[in-house]
Amino acid sequence: MLTIDEATRDAIVAHARRDHPDEACGVVAGAEGSDLPTRFVPMLNAAMSPTFYEFDSSDLLQLYKDMDARDEEPVIVYHSHTATEAYPSRTDISYANEPGAHYVLVSTRETGPADGPYELRSFRIVDGEVTEEEIDVVEAYTQ
Amino acid sequence: MAIEVRVPTILRTYTGGEKAVQTSGGTLAEAIDALEADHTGLRDRLLDDGQVRKFINVYVNDEDVRFSGGMQTPLSDGDTVVILPAVAGG
Repeated sequence: MLTIDEATRDAIVAHARRDHPDEACGVVAGAEGSDLPTRFVPMLNAAMSPTFYEFDSSDLLQLYKDMDARDEEPVIVYHSHTATEAYPSRTDISYANEPGAHYVLVSTRETGPADGPYELRSFRIVDGEVTEEEIDVVEAYTQ
Repeated sequence: MAIEVRVPTILRTYTGGEKAVQTSGGTLAEAIDALEADHTGLRDRLLDDGQVRKFINVYVNDEDVRFSGGMQTPLSDGDTVVILPAVAGG
């Protein structure tokens, strides 16, 4: 199960809307072993594409150095689908290299950049196996 | 000659869980060969046909080796090699 606070969830959705029709992507880092996503880090989609996303190579290095320095890990790796459902594509599965992360997908296909209904789902992707998980949205983390 | 190699989570099964390991070599190619000698199977996860796999990033002293000489990137004592899988999808 993914536990996420409202502010972080809203930030992910806002980023997805802002970058629509291109895919938005980013990470929510958290203390190692905590499984709590606390530090929202929107990333640039270097592919700037409605069907693909990729962190820029030097941004990626900086991100991991920052997390390392703070004893953090990527608790969530998120991205949006702008014309399809919020379910990992074959490409998503083949590139998924963080077995400990929650892969969060947002779909903006219904309303695009506008407010309104959206789809947000969370998955584990390990060795090519996709498992959907429940999302527990909390007002704030108690721990 | 000591080179530090930072290993991503997904490849730590090859390093007994270690985040960083030491290796040696005058070029990235030599360092990866030396790494393979201690951590069998790692080279195959990094290279395809002798080149860095498309969705693996390798940095020498913060420089992506795609832009700095690839497998022939020179290494010297105290250099740091960082391996990171690309974060990408569709």
